[in-house]
Amino acid sequence: MVKDLLVILIASSLVNNVVLSQFLGLCPFLGVSKKTNTATGMGVAVIFVITLASAVAGVIYKYILVPLDITYLQTIVFILVIAALVQFVEMFLKKFIPSLYQSLGVYLPLITTNCAVLGVALTNVQKNYGIGTGVVNGFATAVGFTVSIVILAGIREKMAYNDIPESFRGMPIVLVTAGLMAIAFCGFSGLL
Amino acid sequence: MNSVKERLVNGIVKENPTFVLMLGMCPTLAVTTSAINGLGMGLTTMVVLALSNVFISLLRNIIPDKVRIPAFIVIIASFVTVVELLLQGFIPFLYDALGIYIPLIVVNCIILGRAEAYAYKNPVLPSLFDGIGMGLGFSVALTCIGAVRELLGAGEIFGLHVMPDSFVPVSIFIMAPGAFFVLALLTAIQNKVKINGEKKGKDMSKIQSGCNSDCMNCSDSGCTRRLYDEKAEKKNIETAAKDTKEGKNNG
Repeated sequence: MVKDLLVILIASSLVNNVVLSQFLGLCPFLGVSKKTNTATGMGVAVIFVITLASAVAGVIYKYILVPLDITYLQTIVFILVIAALVQFVEMFLKKFIPSLYQSLGVYLPLITTNCAVLGVALTNVQKNYGIGTGVVNGFATAVGFTVSIVILAGIREKMAYNDIPESFRGMPIVLVTAGLMAIAFCGFSGLL
Repeated sequence: MNSVKERLVNGIVKENPTFVLMLGMCPTLAVTTSAINGLGMGLTTMVVLALSNVFISLLRNIIPDKVRIPAFIVIIASFVTVVELLLQGFIPFLYDALGIYIPLIVVNCIILGRAEAYAYKNPVLPSLFDGIGMGLGFSVALTCIGAVRELLGAGEIFGLHVMPDSFVPVSIFIMAPGAFFVLALLTAIQNKVKINGEKKGKDMSKIQSGCNSDCMNCSDSGCTRRLYDEKAEKKNIETAAKDTKEGKNNG
């Protein structure tokens, strides 16, 4: 049991990295990776939301969609639940934990329609994970996202001082960097 | 019928969602491992886009402004589910190849973006052709990217062997890193065109990097839209406050 969870943890965070091998959540990955501290904030917010969303989606799938035999509605239900959940979390933090809201609040609206969140919920269903395993998978996926966005932000901070050809400035060089990171992450596939 | 043609040309050339607007990058990178996958994904998105545009345009006077985003999402998600089930039933090989990226069409920036920017404000027929035009533009772009990656990575196009036998496939191009490199080259070319155009004094403001550069500012494409549009309300209040203030100053 523990071994299975460990395998999922490594597979979802490093081997099948959510951004670098599955291309989910590219928007924040490319958009919010200019500085390491904002990248870390985004990463923490993503970990928080994805873990929570995979738990809620798992519960809804098991106790509402399956008994009623309406699993074909999963896409609609998941996207609405996730969008509502993010809004709710935002309101909750604003009201009750203002200090946490100050550090995560700006990033939360960005995650509402992030494909990584929906992607994890759907993967959990596709792979027949239970609620507990699903939460672990969600957490691991989000950790993978955080690791890669923080690394990219670190590289981008250093790269700001380099002389880059005119047409490669901005997005293209970031994409080349991401491609090289993806090659590096391919190396992890030997782990399992 | 002028507007129909104009919409189609607009979607395929002038505002091509991939090459010009740079929207919907997740599926663009993920499914373009071969030309046929790219074409399949493009056409699937086109069907969803055209249908959701029609319905949103039909319902544009009924949907209240405040809850329009959730309403759009429900409409789009319904069509995605329909298309997903149809694909599973009739074109299983495509369903297997695209996998999780079919349900993820729901969160594709292009669809929500077109709903918000066009279908919500325009009559049914132009909205339908706007959807078809944008969808065709997306399909063309995905097929091109897929063909290039397939050619370099496997020496084939649409599964047909076209390269000479001495060609050794650069298999990295059909793997994940290749997608990033192809897109990097594409955006570099786009930058070049933009820089050259600006030097000649042309208006290049349409060429943008969409969600890619800064998610926080891509309000038109729907990435950051919230379920309940607080921002719009705040803006209204702010402008109202400003107006009264200015009124007082003038008075």
